Amino acid sequence: MQSKVSSMSSPSFPTKMHIEPHSSGAATTPTSKEAKMRAANLNFFYGSFQALYDIDLEIQANRITALIGPSGCGKSTFLRTLNRINETIRGTRYTGEVLLDGVDVKSQDVTALRRRVGMVFQKSNPFPKTIFDNIAYGPKVNGMTSKQDLEVTVEKSLRRAALWEEVKDKLQKPASALSGGQQQRLCIARAMAVDPEVLLLDEPCSALDPIATLKIEELLFSIKDQTTIVIVTHNMQQAARVADNTGFFMLGKLVEFDRTEMIFRNPSKKETEDYVTGRFG
Amino acid sequence: MRHFAIELEELKTKLLQMGGMVEAALHRSVRAVVDRDADLAKKVKEGEAAINTMEMEIDELVTKLLVLQQPVARDLRFLTSVLKINTDLERMGDLANGLAKRAQSLMNYPPLKLNIDINHMSSLVESMLLKSLDAFLREDADLAQQVLLSDDEVDAIRGAAYGEIIAHMQSHPADVRAGVELIFVVRNLERIGDHATNMAEGVIYMAKGVDVRHNSKTLV
Repeated sequence: MQSKVSSMSSPSFPTKMHIEPHSSGAATTPTSKEAKMRAANLNFFYGSFQALYDIDLEIQANRITALIGPSGCGKSTFLRTLNRINETIRGTRYTGEVLLDGVDVKSQDVTALRRRVGMVFQKSNPFPKTIFDNIAYGPKVNGMTSKQDLEVTVEKSLRRAALWEEVKDKLQKPASALSGGQQQRLCIARAMAVDPEVLLLDEPCSALDPIATLKIEELLFSIKDQTTIVIVTHNMQQAARVADNTGFFMLGKLVEFDRTEMIFRNPSKKETEDYVTGRFG
Repeated sequence: MRHFAIELEELKTKLLQMGGMVEAALHRSVRAVVDRDADLAKKVKEGEAAINTMEMEIDELVTKLLVLQQPVARDLRFLTSVLKINTDLERMGDLANGLAKRAQSLMNYPPLKLNIDINHMSSLVESMLLKSLDAFLREDADLAQQVLLSDDEVDAIRGAAYGEIIAHMQSHPADVRAGVELIFVVRNLERIGDHATNMAEGVIYMAKGVDVRHNSKTLV
């Protein structure tokens, strides 16, 4: 299916001052014309185990969307459907649709898809190469050969990841020499080097101290003008701080999806309130 | 600058804008009373809605930041102080509006010949508000402390004024209505001074983390 997301738009996303009561019933995904990605009626299976149930969720362009929920709730599984990286796991399958700019990701070349939808993982995973080569790798694979172009791209990517000042004098040093927080920013810089339209982050700060975490969060703010960001986090406070929209997953279902402020201030579902107030989970 | 720091600065600017609106309302309402200026009284009443709207916007912004940023230490003290100062400012706006109403009523009666210096009292109160806002802007506890000292002087003027007005009403029963209006004028000015004092206490808490309300000096 290659329909445009905008053609499916239902009522617009709640505005800043909306005071309407929440809708009752199943979690509904607020939609808008700015949808960058959308999951529609998504069911996901690991073999016979169903990990996601009927997920409808819209990722707005140039916004930060956070996915929260207890361990095993399906939030990471959902994230990994967005760039089809789940396909690397044997025995997985899904029904429903995942759309990027209204086009089903299944119909796209997977390499091209992952160039457009980049990913950063919980544990930083720099290549066993120099700092420079880590960043230059993606652009090189994509055909960039000019040394000057590569240098420009490396600097631009490191600046966007707020890492340039810290590493500009040691670009030829191994990436493994960097601190954990720096390595994670390097991975973000590496992902940004191919100018992805969407950046997926799977608990990118869970191994970092608060200062490194703050740097990553500030980095997300600084790149969201150019990139649509989806972040899975165990840290609810992080979701509150960085995200425009937040989805709460539980037992494979999307319980609630709304503006972050509403999720943490006046959630519509009791399960969400119980989770964000620490009454369970 | 950190994302959160930018939002805090925006909030600070907004509260100072609110302070400016209340300062203008106070000044106009006092002039309306002293100069018997009906136009100024009208302007004060027309401006009240904007102050009320601003109060709601500031509350909304503070709540949002509390919810989303989980502030601690000076950021937390700043936000809780802004909430309280915001309420004080709005109440001062109400009291200025009350002064404007009294000004309109007083215009129905001939001026009373009393030895009450409304100008002096009001300039003290206006100065308290100005200093409180300035102390808030600079997070200056010393300047805020000066406001607390002024409050005693304002209270003393209020006490003396009440005595003067009551004595006049006793000897001039025909002036009772105007006298009652004047008592409300003095009372409103004194109440505005109280709110400026609350604001200054909020600034001291924000800047130093010390609760000086009710003559306490609790370090929190």
